[in-house]
Amino acid sequence: MFRIRTVGALAAAFSLALSLTACGADEDPLSSDSGNSSAGASAVTVGSANFAESELLAEIYSQALEAKGVQVKRQFNIGARELYLKALQDGSIDLLPEYNGALLSALHTGGAPQGVSKPDDVLAELKKVLPAGTEVLEQSAAEDKDTLTVTQETATKHNLKTIDDLKPVAGQLTIGAGPEWQERYQGLKGLEELYGVKFKKFQPLDAGGPLTLNALLDGKIDVANIFSTDSAIATKKLVVLEDPRNLYLAENIIPLIRTEANNPTVSGALNAVSAKLTTENLTQYLAKVQVDKQDTATVAKAFISDNGL
Amino acid sequence: MNLSYLFDPANWDPSAAGGFPQLLLSHLWYVFLALLIGTVIALPIGLYIGHTGKGSFIAINAGNAGRSLPTLGLLMLMVTLLGLGLLPVLIALTVLVIPPILTSAYAGMRTLDRRVVDAAKGMGMRPWQVLTRVELPMALPVMMGGFRSAALQVVATATVAAAVGLGGLGRLLIDGLAVNDYSRVLAGAIVVAVLAVVLDLFLALVQRWVVSPGVSGRF
Amino acid sequence: MIQYLQNNSDTVLAALRQHLYLALVPVLLGFVIALPVGYLGVRFPWLYHPLVNVCGVLYSIPSLALFVFLPVVLGTKILSPLNIIVALTIYTVALLARTVADGLRSVDKLVNEAATAMGYRRTRRLIDVELPVALPVILAGLRVATVANISLVSVGALIGIGGLGQLFTRGFQLFYLEPIIVGIVLSVLLAAVADLIIVLIQRAVTPWARA
Repeated sequence: MFRIRTVGALAAAFSLALSLTACGADEDPLSSDSGNSSAGASAVTVGSANFAESELLAEIYSQALEAKGVQVKRQFNIGARELYLKALQDGSIDLLPEYNGALLSALHTGGAPQGVSKPDDVLAELKKVLPAGTEVLEQSAAEDKDTLTVTQETATKHNLKTIDDLKPVAGQLTIGAGPEWQERYQGLKGLEELYGVKFKKFQPLDAGGPLTLNALLDGKIDVANIFSTDSAIATKKLVVLEDPRNLYLAENIIPLIRTEANNPTVSGALNAVSAKLTTENLTQYLAKVQVDKQDTATVAKAFISDNGL
Repeated sequence: MNLSYLFDPANWDPSAAGGFPQLLLSHLWYVFLALLIGTVIALPIGLYIGHTGKGSFIAINAGNAGRSLPTLGLLMLMVTLLGLGLLPVLIALTVLVIPPILTSAYAGMRTLDRRVVDAAKGMGMRPWQVLTRVELPMALPVMMGGFRSAALQVVATATVAAAVGLGGLGRLLIDGLAVNDYSRVLAGAIVVAVLAVVLDLFLALVQRWVVSPGVSGRF
Repeated sequence: MIQYLQNNSDTVLAALRQHLYLALVPVLLGFVIALPVGYLGVRFPWLYHPLVNVCGVLYSIPSLALFVFLPVVLGTKILSPLNIIVALTIYTVALLARTVADGLRSVDKLVNEAATAMGYRRTRRLIDVELPVALPVILAGLRVATVANISLVSVGALIGIGGLGQLFTRGFQLFYLEPIIVGIVLSVLLAAVADLIIVLIQRAVTPWARA
């Protein structure tokens, strides 16, 4: 008698738990693992890097695709380029917003080739080095560059206008950026090779996020990697150091996609987004996320409807 | 499995900012402070509840409630509130170590043979003497068990500090991941696991040393 | 807070659902694996100490490292939920195998001898006598493992698959408290509910334990 009750109760509990998790699995946005995500219907898995702008752009792409009847799976906030490119190549994701110059610099050994800095040149070079099975669509006019940014006080104190001016004083300064900067050409490596700038200390923080910004404002770091579309540059009166040697090339936003996932509907929808994106409107919509703390999906929706996509 | 990062002598240079010695030191510092603060807070409460039997409900449920707090979330919450620094890490890690220490102190006090306590009282010991000479020594093995599991947890969990821009061995994991250097991630995982094992062995030795032979049965 | 929830109910629900899935599947798998593994530690007493030590070491591997490494070992995609599931299953087994062994070892020798004398063979004795007697200990371990899993899932957010943990990283990237708080509260609630369910199961299957 006892045994029947025990076994029965355990079985009931298990089946309850299983059915709970199973219904979770059905609608699980990430159960793309079965391997048929690209071969099957037409679901496109959209990825993003781990910062607000990338997530906003990915959401805009997603909604633009959905508006054209394409099924979308969202896999945002993956990490740095080094990680998400691997996710793209192993098919975990199909599409994500990229920056042409940064991508070129990451893919081309030893940083971007010399003398390439204009958007079209960068794009041409980029197409030569894209990983097999991936392609880029049309690039937008919107640019978001990595910058080296300091506070007004630091700029005045050390008389800083360009990255070149950092060279004599960098030995006393701490720089903060995402951890990926320690190995990136468009990070510490390029700064040292191209500008001869070697900082006293590197403080790994986040990719142009609030951690970096606050550390700069609190004086925990002296130089910060802030993105040029960050509205804090204007509101906090920060000084963006000029980059005369073009370590940061044209950084136009461009969709990077797996060839398998691309088709005329998809590229049509994404190219339409690129045509509408400008640095100004991106900065403006991004501020709604970063400053007004609006939900990414809501802001993306506003972008889509404001631009008739 | 690529062990090159682990065995690269340059990474063992004590003066290198991102090398093992310095990361290990900052990691141990977080662990030590969290255990210290956690013990100072949790031990008296656990002992009090165990000794008096008042508030047992709290002691029993503190364990699971504390374990269910996601350390990463707590840490991110604290950094968002307080800014970058040691304090948010200490708060998050201390919250992690309090439950096992509190629960084990309580359990140690409750599970000891009450007849011994009665005998001690009968011998004319004052409450303070009963606590320090009888209850504490007898509860010590269970309490040390809780302390050891707290230590193990905090060694592995202190790695999340790196996710919010702080130091410790987690830097190897976060940075290795960010720059796509698996050898570094592997090195970080191995060093953390070895540290946990060594720390546990050390605490086992401490336990042998502090637990009275009359309690452990080793004469 | 309320407004955040209203505006983001879809995101929050999806995160919750994923969290539940990523935390509970490993509990079930881990439980099923830990039973025989723990039994081996009792059946062959010389295995007990190695088992306890291996479990201890496994549990001290940082979860983030395990999430990152499993794709290399298993050949899974790096963003596959499978990595989280396998990692948490390993932790569950590490926690539970020892509990199962301890539970079975705690069964009074006299009880076993009595069962043998009544004609129980080893396997039937295990299922009919030893396991039920050890069940309270094993289920206590299951509670710990379930609650620990629910809080560990969120670390996966550092690589983009972390259920409610994604609310943490989202909030953290904007220094925006609401999502972080919502994530923590839901995670704790989820753990409390799961814990309660196991307690209820425990009460149902071990009626003799209620004094």
